[in-house]
Amino acid sequence: MQADVKLDTLGYFCPMPIILTSKKIKELLPGQVLEVISDDEGIKKDMPAWCETTGHHMVGMEEENGADKKIYKAYVKKV
Amino acid sequence: MNATNVEPATALAELRETKPDKVTLVVLSGDMDRVMAALIIATGAAAMGMQVTMFYTFWGLNAIRKENVSSTPKDWLRRAFGWLNKGGASRLPLSRFHFGGLGTTMMKKVMKDNRMPGIPELMETAQDLGVKMIACTTTLGLMGISKETLIDGIDQLAGVSTYLNEARHGSVNLFI
Repeated sequence: MQADVKLDTLGYFCPMPIILTSKKIKELLPGQVLEVISDDEGIKKDMPAWCETTGHHMVGMEEENGADKKIYKAYVKKV
Repeated sequence: MNATNVEPATALAELRETKPDKVTLVVLSGDMDRVMAALIIATGAAAMGMQVTMFYTFWGLNAIRKENVSSTPKDWLRRAFGWLNKGGASRLPLSRFHFGGLGTTMMKKVMKDNRMPGIPELMETAQDLGVKMIACTTTLGLMGISKETLIDGIDQLAGVSTYLNEARHGSVNLFI
């Protein structure tokens, strides 16, 4: 999936990925897509929940096998 | 009749702007694990665009006290209490397995090794995100803590009415 801006939150646990996302999204223009990379499994549920509350659009989620654990890529479109 | 078409997402964003969800947290505990849970909820809620108020009372006040600064109450009872009850965000004990400081130190090491923010970092993040901090005046007085010994950025010194006035607009109100 194509993203305009990338945010690396690898190694961070809840609530840091969401807090970093909420700060980063402010730098985007409406319609742009932010890719949040995380190895915290909680992001699978937390990012859609964050989008539901803030009104931003959850475009999709990808999973990849990292070195020792899974890596998640969440795509959020700024509204 | 005039009907204006509004994009649902825009309408939602505007609604959140004008009437966001409100979260209030009463922090009574001064245990590291409990204060950490409170701060994680507070920072998470603020990141979700909610208005957050944290009301610190009793042992919870230790989380918003400056370190190595002691108040000097006039009566000896509260002075003695002040020696026993040290404050500071990085000095809070675990509710279990504190073991005179050893357990808490080990927990902090594990947290640091895993890049998990500690209480001081979470507190700073909460203040950055605009979480409102209120200190309870009654328990400040009771425990002989002067307001000068609280950390910077405490928004209000207030009482139960202030809390209730916030909580009655709150959709999430927690007591920790």
